[in-house]
Parts: sequence; structure tokens; C-alpha cells
Amino acid sequence: MSAQRYPLEEYFYPGNASCPGCGATMALRWVLKALGKKSIMVVPACCTSVFMGLYPKSAIGIPVLNIAFAAAAAAASGIVAALKARGKDATVLVWAGDGGTVDIGIQALSGAAERQTDFIYICYDNEAYMNTGIQRSGATPYGAITTTTPILGKREHKKNMPRIMIAHDIPYVATATSGYPHDLFRKVKKAKEKRGATRYIHILAPCPPGWRFDSKLTVKISRLAVRTGMWVLYEVEDGKFRLTGPSKALLDPEKRLPVEEYLKLQGRFSHLTREDIEEIQRWVDRQWELISKMVSKE
Amino acid sequence: MKIVVKNYEWMKEIPPTPLSRPGPGSMGMTGRWRAERPVINYEKCKKCGMCWTYCPENAIVFSKDEGPRINYNYCKGCLVCVEECPYDAIKVEREVVEWEK
Ligand SMILES: Cc1ncc(C[n+]2csc(CCOP(=O)(O)OP(=O)(O)O)c2C)c(N)n1
Ligand code: SF4
Ligand SMILES: [Mg+2]
Repeated sequence: MSAQRYPLEEYFYPGNASCPGCGATMALRWVLKALGKKSIMVVPACCTSVFMGLYPKSAIGIPVLNIAFAAAAAAASGIVAALKARGKDATVLVWAGDGGTVDIGIQALSGAAERQTDFIYICYDNEAYMNTGIQRSGATPYGAITTTTPILGKREHKKNMPRIMIAHDIPYVATATSGYPHDLFRKVKKAKEKRGATRYIHILAPCPPGWRFDSKLTVKISRLAVRTGMWVLYEVEDGKFRLTGPSKALLDPEKRLPVEEYLKLQGRFSHLTREDIEEIQRWVDRQWELISKMVSKE
Repeated sequence: MKIVVKNYEWMKEIPPTPLSRPGPGSMGMTGRWRAERPVINYEKCKKCGMCWTYCPENAIVFSKDEGPRINYNYCKGCLVCVEECPYDAIKVEREVVEWEK
């Protein structure tokens, strides 16, 4: 049976402060399973710095450094240098939110990636600044209601962060989502093995209070994001692009579900007009044109 | 809580820093948040581990022989396991239990 092929050890403890049905914790649990004990985690200000617990207990079974919002990649670079100076070996992981990655943390990350700093950077993308009460970020999709786009929803499309990281020519870039934990597990294992430079994984992590859906639907929504083509699962290993999981079958637009299937389950999209939905569908189709170019280059 | 400050050698380099230790219950008994309770019907359960796979809280303990067991001290009642069980083996009950202090 499938569960029995994966490690039963847990490095993420129950009784933490995350919301019921949180897609970020669902993913983090599997990331830590894949990384194992000899790892150090760096977390900038985000939901995770809160839900892992404050004092005197923490929900995470490996050493964690909490650091200022913009500084995650810089702090991780320091840890990598210190480990090297002391002759010690450990996997260094940055676990940051979308705000901490695509907006405020991007310069530290870009610098570290350009210097080929030896760590794994994972962005868990809940598509807004959730910890401070759902403000729009560069990763918020078109049309989504947030507390800073309260009436029409956001008028701009989502920033494509994985493509920015591909442009850094690092050995491994991948996308994943909470609803496919085994795909995520495999990608984190792969990232762990590719030592010597920066590896980047971007995880779409549905957030029940922020996206306004019933907590039991986290996995369903995560899978619908993939099956409608709103979120594409792929990996770029040493420059080689490859679609993974259900995304492999979706190059043909006929195979993709209409985006409405994904949008209609979420309160943040409940106000959308027909034109808005068509705009999102066009955006998805444009994203897939870019993907098909990357596929055909191989 | 009594705070003890010790003078370790490394403290000459780093000033005293708050340090938390890992363990369950960093937020207390989060089972108290629950409005509805998932209950496994072990006659229908095939021990596939899907509930364990998707539990965001790690509140389901899984063993190969005995299958899944829900830790109600911490289960927040998100009901992802109910949705994801392929054999429809988890049902939902209204939470009526009074938690002991
Ligand atoms: C320089 C700075 N500005 C603002 C904040 C307040 N702040 C803390 S967490 C957060 C939101 C983080 O959003 P994101 O990175 O997307 O993570 P999420 O909370 O969504 O998991 C903000 C704005 C801060 N800690 N530091
Ligand atoms: S606000 Fe969203 S991302 Fe943050 S802990 Fe809650 S469910 Fe998770
Ligand atoms: Mg966020």
C-alpha cells in the first residue's frame, strides 16, 4: 500500500498553531520527511514562524532559525558558510512564504542563487500575506479578493517566480502542490541530492481562511489547480525541462478542465464576472503556450 | 516559569537567545478547536494510509499492521481525511465531549 513506501518518521509535531486544513503544513510535513534529521531550517516572518510555536516549545523537529522578513536567503548563506568553516555537513533549507519570496525576499534569494550558494530554497505559496490578514502579494492571482484588493479583486496576474529562478541557471527548479505529496517528496529528495548550488522549489499551498473554502477541501482544491492548468507541475534539472504528475497529460488544452471548476469552490473568486473568468482562462492558456515551448526545446 | 540563565562557553560569542525545544502541543491541546470529529470505521478501513498521508496536522498515527489511529488530543477537525479516504471509512460526528481541564 502506498503509505508504506514512505518514511514513517515525523519531524513536524501535532498541536501546533496552524489553521485546520492548512495546505502549508500539509506540504511542510512531507518536505521534512524527505530531508530528514541532518537539516537546518531558516524561516522568515510568515505563517510558519507563528504556527511552529513561540516559546518554550516548537513544532519542528530540526533546528530552526527565525529571521527578519527580507533576510532568509542571506541568513541561510551565512549558515552555509559557517558549516563549511567548521567542517560540518547538513542540508540548509529556507522555508518562506510567497510574500517573503516573490516580493520582499527576492533580492537576497537572487544574490544567493547567482553565487550558487549551497542550499534549498522552498517557497510555499498561499497567494497572499496570510499571517498578517490576507494582503495581496506578487503571487496573488488575478481577480482574488484580499483585504488590500477588497472590491474588484486583484487586477494584475500572478508573478511567475519559478521562471525567474530558472533564469538563474541553477541545477534544480521544481513546482509542487500540497495535494500531490508524493510528487513533492520525490522533488525534495532530488533537490537534496544536487549539492553545490542553490535549488528552488515552489509549492502551491491552499489556505482555507485566506482563499475562503471549507477546510476539508484543501487537497481537492490543490488537485483542481493542477487539473485546470492554473498550476503546472514540472521540474528543470540541469536545464532539462520535464512536466511531472498529472500535468504531463495537459499540454493539449482539451484535456484541461475549465478554470471555473477551480475558481467556483473559493470565496475569494465568488464575485468574478464572466469577463474575469475568461481573462483568467486566457492567462492559463498563455502560460501553457510558454510551457509547450519549453517542452519542445528538449 | 523560572528562567535560568547559564553561562556557557559559547555565550561569550552569542548573547543569550530564546531557544524552543521541539515536541507536540506547542499550541496546547488543539483538539479543543474541533467542531466535528472524524471517526474511523475499522471494518471498512483497508489500511491504505491515505488519511495519514494528507493529515496536515500529523494527528494520525499510522502503523503497517494496525493501520491509522487518530490522536484526538490534537486533531483540529479539518476533515481532510474524511474527504480523502478512498473507501469511505471515516465518518463525521458532532463534537459533544467536554474536555477535561
Ligand atoms: C519588514 C517587515 N515588514 C512587515 C512585516 C509583517 N509581516 C510578518 S509576516 C507577513 C506576511 C508574510 O506573508 P508570506 O510571506 O506570504 O507568508 P504567509 O504568512 O502567507 O505564510 C508580514 C507582512 C515584517 N515582519 N517585517
Ligand atoms: S492562514 Fe493559511 S497558510 Fe497561514 S496557517 Fe492558516 S491556513 Fe495555513
Ligand atoms: Mg503567503
